[in-house]
Amino acid sequence: MTRYARSRRLASILDAVGNTPLIRLHGIAPNAPGVEIYLKLEFANPGGSVKDRPALRMVQDAMKDGRLTSDKILIDSTSGNTGVAYSLMGAAMGFRVHLVMPKNVTKARKDITQAFGTELVFSDPMEGSDGAIRLVKKIVAENPDKYFYPDQYSNPSNPLAHYYGTAGEIIDALGDRITHFVTGLGTSGTMMGTTRRLHEHTPRVTCVAVEPAEALHGLEGLKHMGSSIVPPIWDPSTVDEILPVTTEEGWDMSDLLAATQGLHVGHSTGANVAGAVKIAERAQKERGGGCVVTIACDRGDRYFAPLKWERKYVW
Amino acid sequence: MITVRIPTPLRTLTGGNDQVDVEGATVREAIEALERKAPGIRDRLLDDKGVRRFVNLYVGDEDVRFLDGLDTKLASGTEISIVPAIAGG
Repeated sequence: MTRYARSRRLASILDAVGNTPLIRLHGIAPNAPGVEIYLKLEFANPGGSVKDRPALRMVQDAMKDGRLTSDKILIDSTSGNTGVAYSLMGAAMGFRVHLVMPKNVTKARKDITQAFGTELVFSDPMEGSDGAIRLVKKIVAENPDKYFYPDQYSNPSNPLAHYYGTAGEIIDALGDRITHFVTGLGTSGTMMGTTRRLHEHTPRVTCVAVEPAEALHGLEGLKHMGSSIVPPIWDPSTVDEILPVTTEEGWDMSDLLAATQGLHVGHSTGANVAGAVKIAERAQKERGGGCVVTIACDRGDRYFAPLKWERKYVW
Repeated sequence: MITVRIPTPLRTLTGGNDQVDVEGATVREAIEALERKAPGIRDRLLDDKGVRRFVNLYVGDEDVRFLDGLDTKLASGTEISIVPAIAGG
């Protein structure tokens, strides 16, 4: 039993993954005064995002069964956060990392991953994440023995990290209070793993997936399933509801979280909280109260784009 | 002639084409011409205030926000790119 979870002594950076704080949001849903809303701060992971969890589990499971050895290069396609997680793990555990990302990922992502010694391959920005998926498959097919390709979109270790980690921690923190879980879909790993565990809980928790309302959207990290390569781990029958959230709702909520809660988060988190507020308002109407949990995927500073006059800076 | 590069999520409106050629002296005119060839696409890109704030329109290598927005002038042969956000993972 660890009493001081955040100040505990750890053997390595890998042990710092998970055990993230769960904080109560106040005044964010004035129309749902009887509903508690909690946000799980996944940016407290060492790589700065929720993706440390699946990345660590995919790497550890592959090391256990011999798919990943020190002579292999880990390669995957990523919009960035999984890439940061792989990069820090490669550096800490001693394997090389190559990442395929669309050329228009934020400069911060490119710089952070390269700081760990990772090599980047860029795919066509017009093809988005799907272009990166197609390119990594081509690279691996040409040299299958050279690489360990975890394929986060189809790897069962991805949702398992959330089944054991994220969901276990939420239940430990809230027990039977929790009535709803809400989160956005990227690979869908967070949604699938957490939902499976929360559905086993008694009383059963209602689990809602947030999806961008439109195909062309600005909720970086989230996937509009109807217009994308659908991740093999995504099983829509597992979730109780799919809730569309517009880019504007997500962005406005990110601004509100910064201004009123002291939480500067990315736009996918804004979309998650916007979805959680909608669910809270419904819970207030239908049952007079409730307890809604959602996820802060990462911090907003990861999306700061250099201003025009800063573009030529080098440090 | 202006070439507009269409990202994957909007190709349902262009019959699957990844680029559409239009005429126009400004970005605004080019988008109006694009709307005639791909009805519905204007509302995906613009609202009453101009370019929707999450949509990235590039003329050549520069975001139109750093040029003259919808009034950015286009020379024949210029390429406009509608760059999508990055989704998932």
